[in-house]
Amino acid sequence: MGLPIRAHGYSWRHADRDSLAVGPVDLDIAPGEKVLLLGPSGAGKSTLLHAIAGVLPTEAGESGGEFLVGEAAPDPRRGVTGLVLQDPNSQVIFSRIGDDVAFGMENLGLPAEVVDARIDASLAAMGLDLPQSHPTAALSGGQKQRLALAGIHAMAPEVIVLDEPTANIDPVSARAVRDAVLTVQESTAATMIVVEHRVGLWSDDVDTVIVLGRAGIVAHGTPDEVFGDPALTEVLKATGIWLPESGSPTATDRWTVPARTGAQDRLGSPVLVGERLSVARPRATVPAATDLDLEVRAGEALGIVGANGAGKSTTALTLAGLIPEFSGVVRAAGPLAAGAKEARPFTWPSKFLAPRIGMVFQEPEHQFLKSSVADELALGPRLAGWSTAEVDARVTELLETLGLADIADAHPQGLSGGEKRRLSVAAMIAPRPQVLIVDEPTFGQDALTWAGLVALFLDVLDHGSAVVAVSHDLDFLDAIGARRFTLGTAAQTLRGERVE
Amino acid sequence: MTRERVTVEDPGQLIPVVRRTALVRCNPLTKIAVALILMVGALLSIDVVSAGIILGFSLLALPLTGLDLKAALTRLWFLPVGALLAAWGTAILAEKTGATVVDVGPILMTTGSLESAAAIFVRALALAIPLVVLASAIDPRDLSDALVQHLRLPETVVISILAASRLLGLLVLEWQTLSMARRARGLAGGSILRRTRSLFAGIFVLLVQSIRRGTTLAMAMEGRAFGRPGRTWRRRSTFGTADAVVLVLAVVVAVVAVASALVLGTWNPIIPG
Repeated sequence: MGLPIRAHGYSWRHADRDSLAVGPVDLDIAPGEKVLLLGPSGAGKSTLLHAIAGVLPTEAGESGGEFLVGEAAPDPRRGVTGLVLQDPNSQVIFSRIGDDVAFGMENLGLPAEVVDARIDASLAAMGLDLPQSHPTAALSGGQKQRLALAGIHAMAPEVIVLDEPTANIDPVSARAVRDAVLTVQESTAATMIVVEHRVGLWSDDVDTVIVLGRAGIVAHGTPDEVFGDPALTEVLKATGIWLPESGSPTATDRWTVPARTGAQDRLGSPVLVGERLSVARPRATVPAATDLDLEVRAGEALGIVGANGAGKSTTALTLAGLIPEFSGVVRAAGPLAAGAKEARPFTWPSKFLAPRIGMVFQEPEHQFLKSSVADELALGPRLAGWSTAEVDARVTELLETLGLADIADAHPQGLSGGEKRRLSVAAMIAPRPQVLIVDEPTFGQDALTWAGLVALFLDVLDHGSAVVAVSHDLDFLDAIGARRFTLGTAAQTLRGERVE
Repeated sequence: MTRERVTVEDPGQLIPVVRRTALVRCNPLTKIAVALILMVGALLSIDVVSAGIILGFSLLALPLTGLDLKAALTRLWFLPVGALLAAWGTAILAEKTGATVVDVGPILMTTGSLESAAAIFVRALALAIPLVVLASAIDPRDLSDALVQHLRLPETVVISILAASRLLGLLVLEWQTLSMARRARGLAGGSILRRTRSLFAGIFVLLVQSIRRGTTLAMAMEGRAFGRPGRTWRRRSTFGTADAVVLVLAVVVAVVAVASALVLGTWNPIIPG
């Protein structure tokens, strides 16, 4: 049975900040209620969730007001809450999936027979039909999220707290994870609070929507009440929340997304070609994808799609000349090959490669190497041998387009998620590479960042560069007019075909 | 269910276990004890006989460990090489007794110094192989079960170390990604100065990332009631007949090794007395 959650004037302030991270808020959530928590980034949604789960480190800040889960203050040691976070990689605890599911139950002090009996049941309920000895290292992101949920399912908590549980996984897996969450909730009648950008995923299944603003709660009601209020909807849109009916092109309201008419006519000559290509991670003995024949043309967008584990990221890294081909060859052609000693980008020196083929990694943090936003943007053009004046002009231009001018001197690692994503893309396009390869650029981004990214990529394409995007986000691929290249079992039949 | 072929290895394992033999199923504490007993047998004296018996037994028993022997050969190549280097040094530097075998310029080897060298070589391997092999055959989770249940080590500490060690494997992958990212940004290669600066930039990112991951992991663990008093352990760490047999065998081999050296007169204790 679920527990009620009540807050009265609750607030939290990080130890090193002057302003409140959350609140002050008043909450009154009934036992078994399903709540979707929305708000712009920086409103303190995660902090509030962590407060409910009782995992806010006491030394990291100060709380004010009153907060009750059931009859007592939140404390993870009571064992009444189960928490699932956003990053699939950081919440795997043990190296075998059976042990990982058992972790929470063991902490609760359940007898060994009960624990053993529930492991398989919970794995099956979350759609993970794998042996208990399966290594967690071999799971995909979506599977890892379902593993974390299986651990919560097995604990049968009274309060389920989910912090963007589907942000880092593909839409198909996301629906499976959502269904898994609802199964857990139904079987335990637990109170459930979920934070998510993609409202449409949850709006049909929750009882209540709470919108958190920077100064407390903005709206509180049923999904119909909240999303049926035009004034409120405008506010939500302006803060980048994905609304249920509008789908992705909330974008069009704030960003003019030019239609890509006549894209076919502008198609240039091939710049990057993969022939009978098999790709594998370094030191892997089995290829992740085999027998790929693909051609990237100047000014075109190519979307690499396929299920989790189909080898999409590995293909992207191979095309980017960052890992060697397993077999077959990737070669630069036409203008991209100009000045190169060899056609294979993998053989190019880093300094030669970077201004020609840009690669945006899935996690933006990985590619920040400078100590300020402006330096990060200047790095590429400078390496490409631009003059100081040209570099400065380019940096200024990008800072303004991206809305990062105010934080030009900030450290890249300290930015918000959306800012980091925009910066990581901008830093790669700064030297105007002829090919831009991106890996899941829209994962976990709010609608505003999403629209900003679309505009950025369209600009790149208009300058005659090619974009290769690994993405599960089909709306995004459509928005940039990408032709789809499917990896996986269907690759042989769908290879290179245009999907309109 | 069909046999699961896992193409992604557990990054925590030096040598993968491919078969579950009786020895693999032994308690991790037994494995550690066996390794220690065999090591003591080889450690006490520097001579070919005692070390040779331990090494011979270890090699003969290798198939029982269920390890992927091919992987063992390719990943442990440094052991014989290291032992050989130690032996080379000994052959040149040890006391020159007996007949001269090699005398080329500054290099002088006699039967006496070669004997010491052989003993050092065999002993180094006899010390290293049981430890490395048995350590590879220990599942970290089994070990933590045993440490908490038999040695009564504090469970929160043991589990935290176990979970953190998994993050270490993740750091290796992260470093690979970071190296690729540096190349993509144009900062790999070039002058030593540039390499060094880009290396430090990479290390900084790794540090930031690992602190973030560590914090998240701690939160995720707490979020599943970690730290609550009265934790249970679903697997009982037990000792069976196999454990006793293996232990006795290890003691017998160690005793035979020492006794043979004494009987054959090669006994050369490290602590004279």
